[in-house]
Amino acid sequence: MERRYLLGNEAIAHACVESGVDFVSGYPGTPSSEVIDTLRVQPVRSYYLEWSVNEKVALENALAAAWCGIRALCTMKHVGLNVAADPLMTSAYTGVTGGLVILSADDPFAHSSQNEQDTRCYAHFARVPCLDPASVQEAHDMIPTAFALSEEFGVPVIFRPTTRICRSKGDVELGEMVASTRKGAFHKDPQQYVVIPAHTRILHKKLNEKQPAIKKKLVALGLNRCEIRGEAGVIASGIGASYVQEVLPPAVSFMKIGAYPIDEAWLGEFIGKHEKILVIEELAPEVEERVRQLAGCIPVFGKMNGYAAYEGELSPLAVAAIMEKAGFLEKNPFPSAVPVQNLPPRPPILCAGCLHRGAFFAIKKVFKDGIYPSDIGCYTLGLQLGVVDTTICMGASITVGSGIAHSGETREVVCTIGDSTFLHTGLQGLINAVYSGANMTVVILDNRITAMTGHQPNPNTGITACGLETPPLSLDALCRACGVTFVETVDPYDLTGLLNVLQDAKKRKGVKVIIAKQLCVITARRMGIKRGKCSVDHEACTGCGTCLRFGCPAIEFNERAEINELCSGCGVCEQLCPVGAIVREGKR
Amino acid sequence: MTVSFDILTVGIGGQGMILASNILGEACLIEKRHVKGAETYGMAQRGGSVESHIRIDGLYGPLIAPGNADLLISFDLLEALRYSHYLKAGGRMVVNRRMVLPTSVFTQKLVAPTEDEIIAALKKFDLCLIDADQVATDAGSPLSQNVVMLGAAARSLPLGPGSLLEAVRRLVPRKTIDINVRAFEMGREFGRTC
Repeated sequence: MERRYLLGNEAIAHACVESGVDFVSGYPGTPSSEVIDTLRVQPVRSYYLEWSVNEKVALENALAAAWCGIRALCTMKHVGLNVAADPLMTSAYTGVTGGLVILSADDPFAHSSQNEQDTRCYAHFARVPCLDPASVQEAHDMIPTAFALSEEFGVPVIFRPTTRICRSKGDVELGEMVASTRKGAFHKDPQQYVVIPAHTRILHKKLNEKQPAIKKKLVALGLNRCEIRGEAGVIASGIGASYVQEVLPPAVSFMKIGAYPIDEAWLGEFIGKHEKILVIEELAPEVEERVRQLAGCIPVFGKMNGYAAYEGELSPLAVAAIMEKAGFLEKNPFPSAVPVQNLPPRPPILCAGCLHRGAFFAIKKVFKDGIYPSDIGCYTLGLQLGVVDTTICMGASITVGSGIAHSGETREVVCTIGDSTFLHTGLQGLINAVYSGANMTVVILDNRITAMTGHQPNPNTGITACGLETPPLSLDALCRACGVTFVETVDPYDLTGLLNVLQDAKKRKGVKVIIAKQLCVITARRMGIKRGKCSVDHEACTGCGTCLRFGCPAIEFNERAEINELCSGCGVCEQLCPVGAIVREGKR
Repeated sequence: MTVSFDILTVGIGGQGMILASNILGEACLIEKRHVKGAETYGMAQRGGSVESHIRIDGLYGPLIAPGNADLLISFDLLEALRYSHYLKAGGRMVVNRRMVLPTSVFTQKLVAPTEDEIIAALKKFDLCLIDADQVATDAGSPLSQNVVMLGAAARSLPLGPGSLLEAVRRLVPRKTIDINVRAFEMGREFGRTC
């Protein structure tokens, strides 16, 4: 057995190979992306692997593979499960023959997400088992169990790590990698796979009948376990269980929940042996609600009576504070420490040379009074430049844009959406906007990659997840096929060209699409593309601050502009300087 | 409470902190010790403030509680001050004395403390200031500043210098082993008297 220092997602990926996974699909999303990113770069791959165009597509592909009797993994972030919720709900009915593990990574504190929803609620809703690891080692060890459970009960199993599992590291004891040898075969069985009302009513009953045995099995496997040590008991799940164990007094009982659904008889017995219970869990009060249903007059402490917060993530300090407040810990062992106040923040910003910055600058110049619906990607950071007015979920820039355009609002609507997001769920919005006759401009920020989540390829990149070339997808032809007549592709580093195209679009009615196409600056650097860096002619610079408002991290300002070593040579600042004081070295 | 040795490493996305934390993890494996870690990155690679928690001999969660770190390694002077509350009273702090001004200073006209003000505020800790960029350049490449920082902190780590050096050899790109070994040794030499 080998021991390695691995990221949670790397350990999960390794465990999938140890389980002989045959089929892998998913859509990138922080904090889940490195599972497939690890699997796709393995030197030897015996499994099929794809980055799908969205989570619904990914799950339906994986479900079909599991129907063919092979082991399938489907990965996404928590909000991706909303997109995949349609197949999820009914896949619980149809069931599977090969193991199907749906990894949906939650993000308490919304480190890199639009909300703090809880995947465990989906598992409860769909009536499928859900595994909830408390450490990197446990995440690794639970994967073979997840596949085995899925096959034993014939249901998809949700695997729900959180940011602090996916993105934390530990020394992990690994098993042997196993080559996939299964060959899928589809056995026709309409009563199982054609969910017409007559079939689905029976399938629903069968799903419900599986539940008691699943609950018992999760306790028998030790995924849910407890130790009785005193009159007070703490019940904890996920990473919260690790934080509790760090400070738990020896005379307090401890129950660790690592899987759902929880066996009520077993849980009730534990509660009944105690005088008070504290529940520690992140996000929704999923465990606490079960505990309260069974506790009777035994006092329960948790989110629902204000001892713990519904929002945010737990930490050792937060857990100790909750335990102290609820009377399960005599004294919080951690010192109170206050950060130094009023330091200038260092939030993430668009890279120096990012194509999006030029596009945003031009949009704001041409559509001064515009409304700017935007989408999910690096370009959401355009908020800092004042050119992002809405972001709600993947693909919602065009739909929110057309909704505003049809609402009676008279200001011009200009939405921005990345190429990967456009292909994820933006396209349907475009079809709808054209069909419904909206007046709006759509700027597709085309950097040919899914950048924010770590540069995963998409159909627009022209290569697969495993590096094979694919037929090129034409965004231009796609938009024209939707009925858009004004489709212009422009280089966002060419400020004049971009401004002209935007002016042209502004004069026209209907849906106009502008494809602002340029490589992601990180991809370009990795490819070895070099551009001459810019510098400031201090004699010519008047200190007007126009370039500063461009918001590039390579531009500093101390009475006169200054360009630092972050400059990647995009040259947009050179074009926007009103006195020509910015000059570019060398040639393009 | 565990008896783990808790290290917080902080800096700015792109400074090589992930490699530094992997080197510490690998050194723990070499010594057959448990280790837990947690990092913020992703969006942070785009110029954001980055923190990496490492708990040597850690058995529970990966996060260090504020006021509980045994050692703070900072790749940037301003970030050292931002995260200084994580360190135990009088704890060891190894800090690169260079500072990259946040873009917010220029775009939002916010005021950053001066280098002298920061250094004065950090004096209450066991402070070791190093010009890591200069030492790394002397070692052969400014990119080796992350390894210089580990070298400078080596004296305060509960890991043998041999294990750290072996971890450096294993994890840095093959072509840069000599430079990084030199960077580690030069950092360590500096840290001995600092």
